Amino acid sequence: MGGVGEEKVELIGFWGSPFVKRVKWVLKMKGIEYEYVEEDLRNKSERLLSLNPVSNRVPVLVHNGKPIAESLVIIEYIEETWQHNPLLPVDDPFQRATARFWAKFVEDKFTEVVRKVLRLKGDQQEEAVKQAIEALDVLEGELNGKKFFGGDKVGLVDIVLGWATIWVGVIEEVSNVKLFESEKHPSLACWMENFIELPMVKEDLPPLRDQLPDYLHKIRKYGPSLLPPPQE
Amino acid sequence: MSEEEVKLIGAWGSPYIRRVETALKLKGIKYEYIEEDLSNKSPLLLQYNPVHKRVPVLVHNGKPIAESLVIIEYIDETWDGYAILPQDPYERAMARLWASFIDDKCMDATWKACWSRGEDEKKAKEEAWELLEKLENELKGKKFFGGERIGLVDIAANFKGYWLGVTQEALGVELVTEEKFPSLCKWMDDFMNCSEVKEFLPPKDRLLDFLRPGIEAMSAASKN
Repeated sequence: MGGVGEEKVELIGFWGSPFVKRVKWVLKMKGIEYEYVEEDLRNKSERLLSLNPVSNRVPVLVHNGKPIAESLVIIEYIEETWQHNPLLPVDDPFQRATARFWAKFVEDKFTEVVRKVLRLKGDQQEEAVKQAIEALDVLEGELNGKKFFGGDKVGLVDIVLGWATIWVGVIEEVSNVKLFESEKHPSLACWMENFIELPMVKEDLPPLRDQLPDYLHKIRKYGPSLLPPPQE
Repeated sequence: MSEEEVKLIGAWGSPYIRRVETALKLKGIKYEYIEEDLSNKSPLLLQYNPVHKRVPVLVHNGKPIAESLVIIEYIDETWDGYAILPQDPYERAMARLWASFIDDKCMDATWKACWSRGEDEKKAKEEAWELLEKLENELKGKKFFGGERIGLVDIAANFKGYWLGVTQEALGVELVTEEKFPSLCKWMDDFMNCSEVKEFLPPKDRLLDFLRPGIEAMSAASKN
């Protein structure tokens, strides 16, 4: 599929970023070959800064020299450029709009809030915990017994929430809070089990699972820009 | 051909609703507008947007869609005619990037910069200017963010086109000046002159009435 000539796909990322993880899963689902470039976020390369001058963040996908930033924008780009194994229903604008609505909900009401749970303390953290649980309650209602948010197959919303299956447990431990409870969120509990069993997720788990607790512990303690230098 | 029934639930002063109206107008879609009293939300709104309970909500043949940028993409995909997003996937990605930059970063920062006083004012303004600078650079040489005609990014930036101007004037704040942002200021004029935009701008005096309690509260606070 695609035109003549060489396709060069590069992903600039960071091992600890859930946003980068999402993009890797989508590239894997579509069978797209790419070169991965690891970025040290405490010492960002000139290249990253020039490819993403607006936010200087990862992930950045570079397709035949052209850079695209922001994980959700990248995912839609991949979806439109490589149209096999679609993440969004192809011929149903209403279902597509619904998926985008929920993707935005996850991002604004859950992902952003859980970041606060990790970084904040005291009353502010308590408020963030409350909001995160409320978001989980809403998502539980939306999932309502389905295998995936996308139905029988993994869709956009599953990919966007997927980071939670790996990160939330660790964040809960590191921050000493409880967000997810399988009795309260039974559909989500099944969903997590199914999601983590997907080959594209499972094969990419170690060494992430080993390194994540220590990394997140440091973020909570020092903040992302104040990590102590790595021990050589 | 089945009957198309399109309703838009909105609130008069909100730029988010006006975005959707501009998109509907560009496509030539007939719709019924339903004004919502946000201080007393209707059962209709709660039924159609139970998650956020906010406007705008587009209801197409009974099916509701919420979130202005999601609605606009839906409109673009469902009806032919004027292309609100570009055709090329890379150009589409760039349009989405700038639209989400405006929504996620610029809206809050510019609003905050207008309303901050005292110690916070300088920092808030500098943060807003840094973001607006990126928009200014993106616009350079083009009439609109979308090129010769308005597109997704112009529609997303509508707050900067009108509401910001009114707010600045009401508060006596100089945030987007011609000197600092010549391209943006020219864009504001061109954008507000588009018929599909002009038609939906809320009357200035009504907006000023709406802002007045906030302005008075702030000047009372700063006198203490």
